[in-house]
Amino acid sequence: MYTQALNSSDGDDRGVEDVARTSQFQARIDADERIEPNDWMPAAYRKTLTRQISQHAHSEIVGMLPEGNWITRAPSLRRKAALLAKVQDECGHGLYLYAAAETLGTSREELVDGMLSGKAKYSSIFNYPTLTWADIGTIGWLVDGAAIMNQIPLCRCSYGPYARAMIRVCKEESFHQRQGFEIMVTLCRGTAEQKAMAQNALDRWWWPVLMMFGPPDQVSQHSDTSTKWKIKRFSNDELRQKFIDATVPQAEFLGLTIPDPGMKQNENGNWVHSPIDWDEFKQVLAGNGPCNRDRLAARRKAHDEGAWVREAAMAYAEKRKSRQLAQAAE
Amino acid sequence: MATPNVPLWEVFIRSRNGLAHKHVGSLHAADSTLALQAARDIYTRRGEGLSIWVVPSNAITASDPSEKGMMFEPAESKIYRHPTFYDVPDEVGHM
Repeated sequence: MYTQALNSSDGDDRGVEDVARTSQFQARIDADERIEPNDWMPAAYRKTLTRQISQHAHSEIVGMLPEGNWITRAPSLRRKAALLAKVQDECGHGLYLYAAAETLGTSREELVDGMLSGKAKYSSIFNYPTLTWADIGTIGWLVDGAAIMNQIPLCRCSYGPYARAMIRVCKEESFHQRQGFEIMVTLCRGTAEQKAMAQNALDRWWWPVLMMFGPPDQVSQHSDTSTKWKIKRFSNDELRQKFIDATVPQAEFLGLTIPDPGMKQNENGNWVHSPIDWDEFKQVLAGNGPCNRDRLAARRKAHDEGAWVREAAMAYAEKRKSRQLAQAAE
Repeated sequence: MATPNVPLWEVFIRSRNGLAHKHVGSLHAADSTLALQAARDIYTRRGEGLSIWVVPSNAITASDPSEKGMMFEPAESKIYRHPTFYDVPDEVGHM
């Protein structure tokens, strides 16, 4: 569900491959052809996509943690069932994406180890805590809302397996946003305390959500090649603007105040936000957000505690296989 | 930390009676039973399927995309295999 600042590429390892193949490849991209796993592709395209898709997958998996935090404390059975289904979807999204990343030639085990060792990044938004039930509503409404803005253009990404995975993800994402917004509507129509809780959650999540779209265009050095390769179809600022313009009337409907007193509507009707604190973004990406250590520790614990299950399943499969072979030989 | 690689499976789902199984993606599982269960959980959470096939990925033989020109050339040159190749007088009407 969540890509952000993942569309970075390495510029240096190009130039070694022959020019003819590279220009043929670019011609295919320009003709809106899809690139498939066994097709020739520049090493930098492969590397950029492996990183972007796997980081997207890690984000889905780590994204299960802040919401999973509230499954046992959901206020009703209806909410609990919905949240459980949503967290299961996030897991499914992670798995579609890992499968797409693997088609580029890196094994699942390597990809997962990259996340567990802290080498690979995931979306910074999941390093913020979910302090109240209203955070679950806000995540669905805003975090999934931002993710949808990011992901719809990715359904037309030049790499076939990624585009196909994103189509599946987008189909399921709309339920997530609507369940979140429904929670917000309920809280905002509830007691004064419930409404204050909703406002408090919006106050804490608004700025981190705007950061999900990545650095502003003038400092985002990676966009050019990704745009040329049709991995990225809109700039960070364009998507951020689209998101804000869609969200302002929704907040108004809820009777909530967006925590940006300086936000103004310009002559085109777009809402212009105040400057974003990019130092905070950098700090969270660098591992110093409120929950970074907690999230990685939880993932490592789950991975380690599941090791015996993976080993047992493989041992059982081996045993059955050798038994079948022995029977066949009789 | 590296664990042994778990085998890869390709998943095919028949969405409604009368339609063929269609490739939907892949997954890792130790054996075919676990692969079927994982395929159900990953690819049919919203009633997408009536039937699932799982096939070990290494059992699939694929054509080479770099040789697709030669591979599919025989079909390119035979326009007489298409109905529009044949002239039917207008008076005959739809055929």
